[in-house]
Amino acid sequence: MTTLSGKSASSGIVVGRVLVLQTAPLVIKRDTVKDTAVEIRRFQNALASAKQAIRLVREHALRTLGEDKAAIFEAHIMLLEDPELIEEVEASIRNDKLNASAALQDVSRKFIGIFEAMDNEYMRERAADVRDVSDRVLRTLAGIAIPDLSTIQDEVVIVAHDLSPSETATMNPKKIVGILTNAGGKTSHTAIVARTLEIPAVLGLKRITNDCVTGDWVAFDGETGQVIVSPDDATRKQFLDRRAKYLRDKVELQALIGKPNETADGRVAQLVGNIGSPQDLGVLKKYDATGVGLYRTEFLFMEHSKMPTEEEQFVAYKTVLEALGPKPCTIRTLDIGGDKPVPYMNIPKEDNPFLGYRAIRYCLDHPEIFRTQLRALLRASAFGSLRIMFPMISSLEELLAAKEHVAAVRAELEAAKITVAPHVPVGVMIEIPSAALISDILAQNCEFLSIGTNDLIQYTVAVDRLNESVQSLYDPYHPGVLRLIQMVIEKGHEHGAKVSMCGEMGGSALHLPLLLGMGLDEFSMAPTSILRARSQLRSWTMPEAREIVKQVAKCSRSAEIEAVLIEACDRKKTERSP
Amino acid sequence: MQKTVRILNEEGFHARPAGVFVKKASEFSSAIEVQANGTTKNGKSIMALMSLGLAKDAEITITAKGADEAAAVDALVDLVNRKFQA
Repeated sequence: MTTLSGKSASSGIVVGRVLVLQTAPLVIKRDTVKDTAVEIRRFQNALASAKQAIRLVREHALRTLGEDKAAIFEAHIMLLEDPELIEEVEASIRNDKLNASAALQDVSRKFIGIFEAMDNEYMRERAADVRDVSDRVLRTLAGIAIPDLSTIQDEVVIVAHDLSPSETATMNPKKIVGILTNAGGKTSHTAIVARTLEIPAVLGLKRITNDCVTGDWVAFDGETGQVIVSPDDATRKQFLDRRAKYLRDKVELQALIGKPNETADGRVAQLVGNIGSPQDLGVLKKYDATGVGLYRTEFLFMEHSKMPTEEEQFVAYKTVLEALGPKPCTIRTLDIGGDKPVPYMNIPKEDNPFLGYRAIRYCLDHPEIFRTQLRALLRASAFGSLRIMFPMISSLEELLAAKEHVAAVRAELEAAKITVAPHVPVGVMIEIPSAALISDILAQNCEFLSIGTNDLIQYTVAVDRLNESVQSLYDPYHPGVLRLIQMVIEKGHEHGAKVSMCGEMGGSALHLPLLLGMGLDEFSMAPTSILRARSQLRSWTMPEAREIVKQVAKCSRSAEIEAVLIEACDRKKTERSP
Repeated sequence: MQKTVRILNEEGFHARPAGVFVKKASEFSSAIEVQANGTTKNGKSIMALMSLGLAKDAEITITAKGADEAAAVDALVDLVNRKFQA
């Protein structure tokens, strides 16, 4: 029994038999050929059969993965038809009398090198496409069979160094019950396809192809990344039990899709998602989010090597707003600095970045950057139900200054006859104690407050959440933190502002009844937590939740508060399944 | 026959636009070349065009030689101006 740990890529618990995908190492010999005409024909035939095979892959992908993900294989076919590639390879065979495999390898390496050197993530991925396509032709030339994952008959866990797009596209989720690879990570192509097909997967295991052989038993948890090769009987049984529970929960949660977000006595609370890019729309839909409570726009800035233009921003915001339609979408303006540096912005290193030049402070100082984002946001507002939220507000002055920019940009757009939604609610994040303490004043000057608990906790208890030696003091049960939260909710409501929460606590199962009792209107969380939160929300009544608030108010230590919450949730659980 | 145009779409002359360009170029019998940054590339090769790595606002010169050269250049210039909307 060996225990390994990799990167969780697609959740689920699996106990199954291993099939190691032996991609026989491709050794290309350099040879001189006598009959170059025959060698050129061999190359052309290999191209034709590779093209045929990719067409089949494409058809399979169209059926199982959809048009979007199948489009890549059309590009693969175009690569095989590329006159530049074909001519260069043929010239090299004809003039240098080189064998077809070596000639193709040279030419494809040249292009792979060009693409890999490009300063653009997207183009670097194209290098992987060229490699996938040329590998297929090289294998055809060498007479090495290319594993066809669509023909696997037994239920297996695929173990491989890495999987190419054409391999993942042909996987049959009924037969392939799990994926374990040496390479890759959470955002790699294999991870994305595994999640789409709901095949549990752990990637980035480094040496899994050496650690097991075909026929071995393996047990793994796609959520924690834990993998056990040749589990003993007790471990196997334990994983099978966990698997049964996981599947039961999944069915139970699936049944909640489409059900309203309301308590047992009918009080509605919104359960919405935190997202970072239009790519998260799929997962929002899958977990039935009723909107977005926090769209973090900084990822758009962090993944580029230069400032994203108004147009690029507009496209991203519009995509999300359009997809959500009437469901509200709260987009947070740029929140960089501190733990989120952006290289091209040249924000100087600071001793105390969390107390430093970041978020709204930076934006108000750089109106050209701030207004570009606001222009993109207001243009996109015509396509959905936008709410704009400012991060790191510490005073009324900052909120008013930010609102002035919004008004000025709106006037500019309207003067240019560009459509803007007639009303775009504006709100602030409450993550600094001073903002929490003046939440009544802020609430009179905006339409919603959203409590960002990660920062609010760290600023309230004065703990840098990235500093390991004080991490134990970072305390989401601290009575001081909870009092601030209760105050923000009450003051917000007194002045007609809706109060939302994003940050870890918004998705915390233990905190849900407490926050509900305090009157929180909206919980924003990782989309994967929404159904679980819905199941919980629907089990509580408001009098029960208010009772928990009372109990917590009597506690003077965090440990007591945590115990009250654990006890309440346990009691509720036993009530529900006697 | 040759004309110079400016790349207008935000994403530049990358994979998708290059693919659309090649598809259109391949509809013509004329030989088609794209010149940019002092190099000349085959206008019917997706790899060659992508390897130019052209961003928004780059200028390219499209040259066609052959029976349908005028139609080819016009169609391709139009395609670039329409931001590669096929």
